[in-house]
Amino acid sequence: MTRETIYERLNAVFQDVFDDEEITVNDATTSADIEDWDSLEHINLVAAVEKEFGLKFTMGQVVTMKNVGEMVDIILKSIG
Amino acid sequence: MRELEYPFDGELILKKAKSIKKTLLSDGSKRLTKKIAVLGGSTTHDIIKILELFLLNHGIEPIFYESEYGQYFQDAMFPGEELAEFTPDIVYIHTGNRNINEYPAMNASEAEVEELLESTLARFRSMWEALRERFGCVIIQNNFEPPYYRLMGNREAVDIHGRQYFLNRLNEGFYRYARENQHFHINDIQYLSSCYGLDKWSDPFYWHMYKYALCLPAIPYLSFNVANMIKAIYGKNKKALVLDLDNTLWGGVVGDDGPENLEIGQETSMGQVYTEFQSYLKQQKDIGVLLNVSSKNEEENALAGLSHPDGVLRPEDFILIKANWEPKSENVAKIASELDILPESLVFVDDNPAEREIVRGQMPGTAVPEMESPEQFIRILDRSGFFEVTALSEDDKQRGEMYKANLERKKQQESFGSYEEYLASLQMVGTIRPFEPLYMARIAQLTNKSNQFNLTTKRYTQAQIEQTAADPAYITLYGKLEDKFGDNGVVSVVIGRKEEDTLHIELWLMSCRVLKRDMEFAMMDVLVHQCLQDGIKKIKGYYYPTAKNKMVEKFYEIQGFTLESWDEEGNTVWNFEPDTSYQDKNKAITLQKI
Repeated sequence: MTRETIYERLNAVFQDVFDDEEITVNDATTSADIEDWDSLEHINLVAAVEKEFGLKFTMGQVVTMKNVGEMVDIILKSIG
Repeated sequence: MRELEYPFDGELILKKAKSIKKTLLSDGSKRLTKKIAVLGGSTTHDIIKILELFLLNHGIEPIFYESEYGQYFQDAMFPGEELAEFTPDIVYIHTGNRNINEYPAMNASEAEVEELLESTLARFRSMWEALRERFGCVIIQNNFEPPYYRLMGNREAVDIHGRQYFLNRLNEGFYRYARENQHFHINDIQYLSSCYGLDKWSDPFYWHMYKYALCLPAIPYLSFNVANMIKAIYGKNKKALVLDLDNTLWGGVVGDDGPENLEIGQETSMGQVYTEFQSYLKQQKDIGVLLNVSSKNEEENALAGLSHPDGVLRPEDFILIKANWEPKSENVAKIASELDILPESLVFVDDNPAEREIVRGQMPGTAVPEMESPEQFIRILDRSGFFEVTALSEDDKQRGEMYKANLERKKQQESFGSYEEYLASLQMVGTIRPFEPLYMARIAQLTNKSNQFNLTTKRYTQAQIEQTAADPAYITLYGKLEDKFGDNGVVSVVIGRKEEDTLHIELWLMSCRVLKRDMEFAMMDVLVHQCLQDGIKKIKGYYYPTAKNKMVEKFYEIQGFTLESWDEEGNTVWNFEPDTSYQDKNKAITLQKI
């Protein structure tokens, strides 16, 4: 899977979770860029991403992720 | 809404929570507003978010109070201003084994273990008592899920030092309290977590990352379960099943295969599946669920199938059997009207997706679970929580008999010359008295269930009913009616509030199963006599229109009240001045003297 296809699917997940069809994310996106992205919504976002790509993040990964780019790196690594 | 019906996709609900909520709120339906305080021993954010969706779907619009993280005990014992002013209708205490502060030490004596059990229970009990005293609310309390590790392995449940043993004993203490206190209900997360899978439910990731005591994807199952209890408390349970026959109650088509070739009984594995399903349905009858049939069959064949020697259900277990070639939606509508219940009180069970689609389309409100493989029928019906029991009254257990007797009465009615003659033949005996402890559960149930013959549609919890009964400022009356076909149980309730020499009627309702039996006049007679005794000079009646109570628009006029005022929404206020010249209106019912 390419980085581009991952972003396509990831955008759809973000749009669902934040109920906003305008949202698109990129490598540099962080929680500061999306209004509703607080620590509580973060829980749902992580779960929805896991479901979308059929994987499970470890605690270590979740606590160190700094932006969407790092999330995509982990997804790429786990699903190859 | 389909997304929220069992079996649901929990992860989809979590993901789409926001848009689901929008859709529910924009459907224009009227909902009951209830205040729910959620006191958590762990994070509750998403639990509340999803609980709201399921409640909205049940016709209840919740307003929430959420305790600060982990503050369940402090909030219950010493509520802050916000909670004190919130005055919840329901308090849900979301705790679990992560909230146990101390387990028995390995070297503790038996007496020390018992002492620790007692002090742990006492802490919870003091909280329940404090909430009850302050708010008079309904309490829903989680029991404890099993611990996620077992130090001693299998001996953990046996040894008095085991955590599994400790939690089981605590649970037993909780259950005892629930048996003794009707306003107190257990949310059984022990069962939920085992259905879900304990390893997944208790995934430590969610505790250490977010302080969730259960994994996020399990939250919809928890919230669904709590919502089912709340809807049951407010009288929104289903009442009746409408069952298909061929390939639903037995394998095969009775009209084609002949009753002797049906799959039912112990001979084949499919036969066993249908037998177990029939037993499950027969047990539903014992908790007051009304069984009915809607089948595309000749009636003779339907009855032959139901009389199969290896079957568990018998024709007499059903209230109505509609075996004909009419569209099923029409049969379902007829069953609702003949039983005098609303279509939304029915559950339609059919293996045929086309029939389910017709009923879904034509009878909005009727529940239509997805029945695909027969070996899953029990699970689907059971987990859907249609008939969640929060209190089992005597009336519930006898409901089937009462409805049958009602249909007998209807048949008889046709053979009498006049309606008075028919009423006299029923040999009705009524009991009309102030609220009594034995009937509090049933009275509260009626205030939540009755929609049609209900002047103010005011809902009460059992706690509120008990408080009203004990308050000398109120006149309360319940009415019970028996006749030669059987006991109808408590069927009418009146609550009036005294203000100097005026009585304001805050609630007047009657079950539609005793319509046109003069019961409403008997209630009026007793009310007037009670008012005269209490020195009441003026009775004020109120009618507040809803989508369902048009039948009582003119009720007070019929009772001899005069119209005092009205507004543009159709709310009316009525006056009656009781005096000693009052003539009893009821002729047909003999009132029992106690």
